[in-house]
Amino acid sequence: MLSKEKILQVVAANQPEFVPLPEMNHGCLIEYSDLCAQFKTASENVGATVQRINDIQVLKEELKKEAEAGRFIINTIAGLGTINKQATLLPAARLNQLEKVYIKGTIGVAENAAVWVPESNMLNRLLPFIAEHLVLLLEKKNIVTTLHEAYQRIDISTAGFGVFIAGPSKTADIEQSLVTGAHGARSTKVYILE
Amino acid sequence: MKVALFIPCYIDQFYPQVGIATLQLLKRLGCRVSFPLQQSCCGQPMANSGFATRSKGCDNNFIDNFKHFDYIVAPSGSCVLHIKEHLKSETHPEEAAHIRGTIYELCEFLTDILQVEYIKASFPYKVGWHNSCHGQRGLYLSSMSETVSPEFSKPERLLNMVRGLHLSIPRRKDECCGFGGIFCISEEALSVKMGTDRIKEHELNEVDYISSADVSCLMHIEGILKRNKNNIKTIHIAEILNSKL
Amino acid sequence: MKTTHAALAEKFIANTAQTDWHDRTLWLVRQKRDKAVHTLPEWEILREWASQIKNHTLSQLSEYLSEFEQKAKANGIVVHWAADAEEHNRIIYKIIRKHNIQNIVKSKSMLTEECQLNKYLEQKGIEVVDTDLGERIVQLRKEPPSHIVLPAIHLKKQEVSETFHRYLKTEKGNHDPQYLTEAARQHLRTKFIESQLAITGVNFAVAETGGFVICTNEGNADMGAHIAAVHIACMGIEKIIPKARHLAVFLRLLARSATGQPITTYSSHFQQPGPGQELHIVIVDNGRSKHLGRKDFRNSLKCIRCAACFNTCPVYRKSGGYSYHSSITGPLGAILNPNTDMKASADLPFASTLCGSCSHVCPVKIDIHEQLWKWRQVIVAEGYVSRKKKTGMKIISFVLSRPSFYRFSGKAGRWIMRTFPFLLKNKLNPWFHSREMPEAPKQSFRDWYLKHKP
Repeated sequence: MLSKEKILQVVAANQPEFVPLPEMNHGCLIEYSDLCAQFKTASENVGATVQRINDIQVLKEELKKEAEAGRFIINTIAGLGTINKQATLLPAARLNQLEKVYIKGTIGVAENAAVWVPESNMLNRLLPFIAEHLVLLLEKKNIVTTLHEAYQRIDISTAGFGVFIAGPSKTADIEQSLVTGAHGARSTKVYILE
Repeated sequence: MKVALFIPCYIDQFYPQVGIATLQLLKRLGCRVSFPLQQSCCGQPMANSGFATRSKGCDNNFIDNFKHFDYIVAPSGSCVLHIKEHLKSETHPEEAAHIRGTIYELCEFLTDILQVEYIKASFPYKVGWHNSCHGQRGLYLSSMSETVSPEFSKPERLLNMVRGLHLSIPRRKDECCGFGGIFCISEEALSVKMGTDRIKEHELNEVDYISSADVSCLMHIEGILKRNKNNIKTIHIAEILNSKL
Repeated sequence: MKTTHAALAEKFIANTAQTDWHDRTLWLVRQKRDKAVHTLPEWEILREWASQIKNHTLSQLSEYLSEFEQKAKANGIVVHWAADAEEHNRIIYKIIRKHNIQNIVKSKSMLTEECQLNKYLEQKGIEVVDTDLGERIVQLRKEPPSHIVLPAIHLKKQEVSETFHRYLKTEKGNHDPQYLTEAARQHLRTKFIESQLAITGVNFAVAETGGFVICTNEGNADMGAHIAAVHIACMGIEKIIPKARHLAVFLRLLARSATGQPITTYSSHFQQPGPGQELHIVIVDNGRSKHLGRKDFRNSLKCIRCAACFNTCPVYRKSGGYSYHSSITGPLGAILNPNTDMKASADLPFASTLCGSCSHVCPVKIDIHEQLWKWRQVIVAEGYVSRKKKTGMKIISFVLSRPSFYRFSGKAGRWIMRTFPFLLKNKLNPWFHSREMPEAPKQSFRDWYLKHKP
């Protein structure tokens, strides 16, 4: 533990005089007249697709059809049908074949299209990343304006892991040409339940 | 209003016409202008090279020359910024502070202090404007593309008063020309590359002149233009504002 | 011979097409950033908040570090402290040995770059696979990253194609970025699945919660961290922020400043180890605590590594990352590196025109160009400039501070320029190499003034 004490000692000796935290008055923050429309625009700008639905039935049927077609799909949303717990615990080598995963997001952020997904919703931390395609379900009432508001609504300390996801995995590391599907999901689709 | 004219050393030596234009312009606008005769340099060449400790002599000489005026005006954003930020004196701190607070670059003196709304000048040419970095980002002569703030430009406001002048703004409206004081020597290749690229944009706009509020940028740009036998000419804003073509 | 920024820049510029491409591409990134920030009326307020939060944090850093450690431990995270790069590398090596680990993946961490972790482990016979696409490209080419956010920005797709053809057996001559990215995806998926250890960086560590956040667009940090049985996250002591709600401020600024995105695709919040996993954090000093004591320079510890200062810097854009001859390049490297190795970095603060664009794009308001100016003073005071330059400055300051000498020299100089132009118009004069000298007028402004005085 020698280094710890040494580091903290030098830091304490060298840190400047106390500076207070800023007063952060949220009155100056951007506002949108239609949060849902803004969320959709922001999502499309980051390469996600958005579909607004009035009835969860739409999604249930899509899931059912895909399961019947024998495709490797995992559902983690209780309201959509059965959840195959065993499947979520498969080893990475097997999940590497996973075509699609359905996960519920708890908060959507209108300014940047980010959807908050806590560990409890994804069942296995790997799922939203390793699946070829990611489907997120978001309730319209859970769309907030900015990240500031999002962090007021979520408590990051309660989840072992949580992630804001905005669109599909992407990279522009080759000549700044944008390519989707770098390492994570190739596509992200967000269903907004009205 | 007692106004002292500060003519930076390289303008004094190589571009006297800029000093003349500045003096005549200020007089036409009703200022009582003096030129303190023992002035030399602001000390920036030493300070920007890391030898700020060696600029003490310049600092003292500057204070001796300029301590008794209401305002000090210079046709160089860069030198003015240097004085504003770095003029110090252990023996005469109050006089140094007075100078730091009352020195102005020509354009800002015209728009902010004299509040000029009309200038009798004509210059029937297409003029490409070059924002000098120290004037823009140091003295806030204009808004900059980096920050989110209302757009404004004191030099452009003045140039828009000139009859016949066609103002042209390059696409990268506030990119550095690569002069940079000591940089233009120590990083010669890069400095020339940066200057050449700025010129290219003005060439695309088919300008007759490239103008700026800083002679140092213009000296560098002019050097490249002349070497390449380019017909575009350089001119300081004071010369345009004092022009009756 | 010592390689300086000026010499390396000259070499880079010699390839005009490549330089212009580099300049244009990074300027485009800067423009994307402009477009993104101009959609937020509160942008300047956000910058101010971020700056103040960081100033506050630095003023309480020892307290926040202790709080963070305590909370992280309570979360089941193993916390290590490393005084320097060597200790950082040793800690990681010990974990690797303990678990007898063979397969290691790493996502982008400038800290591990600074500590030369890959090289260290390589010498012990351990291979680390970099998984960020750009980093993987330069790793295969045995090159360092040239940009902290866009590691392979110095390469054209043809060069990437050749590298991938050689190492990943892609089709020869297929330069399509989509095709090449897909090849990397398949190649790295195998590496992820086999991995036993994932090393990542940390973007923000939250004192209040003992957790940390990693931001990526590719998802590589998550692919590694959630598959491997052991996850080691490496962070510099300055990565701390006090509260979870402060993440909002920094995440809003980071991606917009870096690439013009409103947020990175993934902002992953690690709070506890995953089921059956081991989670380690290595907190590294490596000169930072000393830097904190430098009043004029501590401000740079506020940096969130967005690289907006790189993209905006005309010197960086037109001279490339390698001309900075250090692991952290660009204007940021120019103010950080002199702290750890002043002699080797003595030229870097001079690789700037002091145009000030960097300080104004910086999302946490680091006074970058002012620090460059101040480093110049320190470097001169510590004697890291040539004798020639020193003597020259002595003469110049002597002349300029004595008005009569100045006038005499000016007059003599102009007379020489007119009479013996070849004295100045020659190869030894760097000004004249590609620029004409200004015309030397017969009379100075002062001469004219004395004649025309009212």
